[in-house]
Amino acid sequence: MSRAALLVLADGRFPAGGHAHSGGAEAAVHAGRITGAESLESFCRGRLHTAGLVGAALAASAALGVDPVALDAAADARTPSPALRAAARRLGRQLLRAVRAAWPGDELDALGRRFPKGAHQPVVLGAAARAAGLGAEDAAHCAVYESVGGPATATVRLLSLDPFDATAVLARLAPEADRVAEAAVRAARRVVREGTGALPAASAPLLEIHAEAHAGRAGRLFAS
Amino acid sequence: MNTAGVRAEAEIRARADGRGGTALPVLESRGPLAVRRTRGSGATAHVTLVGAMSGPHGGDHFTVRADVGPGARLRVGSAAATLALPGQHGGQARQDVRLTVAAGGELHWMPEPLISVTGSELAVHTHVDLAPGARLVLREELVLGRTGEDPGRLTSRLTVRVDGRPVLDQELDCGPGAEGGWDGPAVLGGHRAVGQLVAVDPEFEDKPVAPGVPADGLAVLPLTGPAVLVSAVAPDALRLRRLLDRAPSAFAPAAPASA
Repeated sequence: MSRAALLVLADGRFPAGGHAHSGGAEAAVHAGRITGAESLESFCRGRLHTAGLVGAALAASAALGVDPVALDAAADARTPSPALRAAARRLGRQLLRAVRAAWPGDELDALGRRFPKGAHQPVVLGAAARAAGLGAEDAAHCAVYESVGGPATATVRLLSLDPFDATAVLARLAPEADRVAEAAVRAARRVVREGTGALPAASAPLLEIHAEAHAGRAGRLFAS
Repeated sequence: MNTAGVRAEAEIRARADGRGGTALPVLESRGPLAVRRTRGSGATAHVTLVGAMSGPHGGDHFTVRADVGPGARLRVGSAAATLALPGQHGGQARQDVRLTVAAGGELHWMPEPLISVTGSELAVHTHVDLAPGARLVLREELVLGRTGEDPGRLTSRLTVRVDGRPVLDQELDCGPGAEGGWDGPAVLGGHRAVGQLVAVDPEFEDKPVAPGVPADGLAVLPLTGPAVLVSAVAPDALRLRRLLDRAPSAFAPAAPASA
């Protein structure tokens, strides 16, 4: 594996459109549920163990070569909010465009043909890791980090939160994020043997409920 | 090890009786769970689950099965809320619910709330397997603690498949020992009652339901496939039921260009 390739894929400046999404942080700020660094940390911790774990397990499974069509269907079943499914596919399409330029290959071409409107972003992320010569652990770490990095960055803009405080939140979550990535890889190895039913299904009711209201809200800063 | 745990099983089989009604050729239970046929209305057979003792306690393992055949209609409720209670010897209790519905069959699975009492530890897994053309309405209400008390540990997973394909797979893990953030602003945010209503109906293929947020803490979420999830969070069981009771009217077909 190439550690530098991992940094390229995980870089927030990778042109995959992620900066337009807050991972539910904007809706939570709007509802008064994120008001500062402490509630941001609690939000990110909840996201890490739900959407983060599921996304990382999907990405790790795709990196191990599990059928992306089955993974995409499993992602749908774990994303009841239509607004979040649409956001995940939009992000998947944008990510695929960028990774096909970075690491061209037949598997990514096939993924694009099978999902012209985009596959769920973590599925594309796993396929991208595979194309870049990275492993399941790398894919899982990227997905886990993204699940909290996006909301932390967005909250800096939404609340004018001190960027030092937001970064400190991410640093405090790092050991937990490592554990989640490890759990995701273990789940992905089970998926290879047992099928997508072995994927975790950890859910966050407030993320799903607020995402629908957010999608219809005028004047929002982030798409999701 | 939980050698002191109790095993309980209940099984219901519903079949079309050929005269426009529904027969129950199997209605059996073992252990501290009872199933009773209650009044039927028209073509639908009604069954009530009765917990002979409140439970499950730590270490217990309850299994409930219901199977609805082609053209049969079954409605299952429960006599009272289920209390998840600590066991004398501690340890986790398990409850598995396995529901299957054949083409043209209809199941309404509408138990009373599950209340996670302080010190209890319960893992529930509800598996629903529907044939194409089957109908389902399923309600799940989880209440974290009795009034004013801290909850126990509760893990609840709901898996719904239609024709073998996953339509909904969601797990909620909360209470002491659950992963961090479960009560934070991404997951439950201090709410003490959380519930969902799942409706599967082949008619949704032609008349899709519109997504929406009819009230604070309530969302109508059309799924991939002929299914809709109504998801709700509330401060308590009463307000949760009020939210979920608003759901059926939300199943009206999608209006064009809803806001």
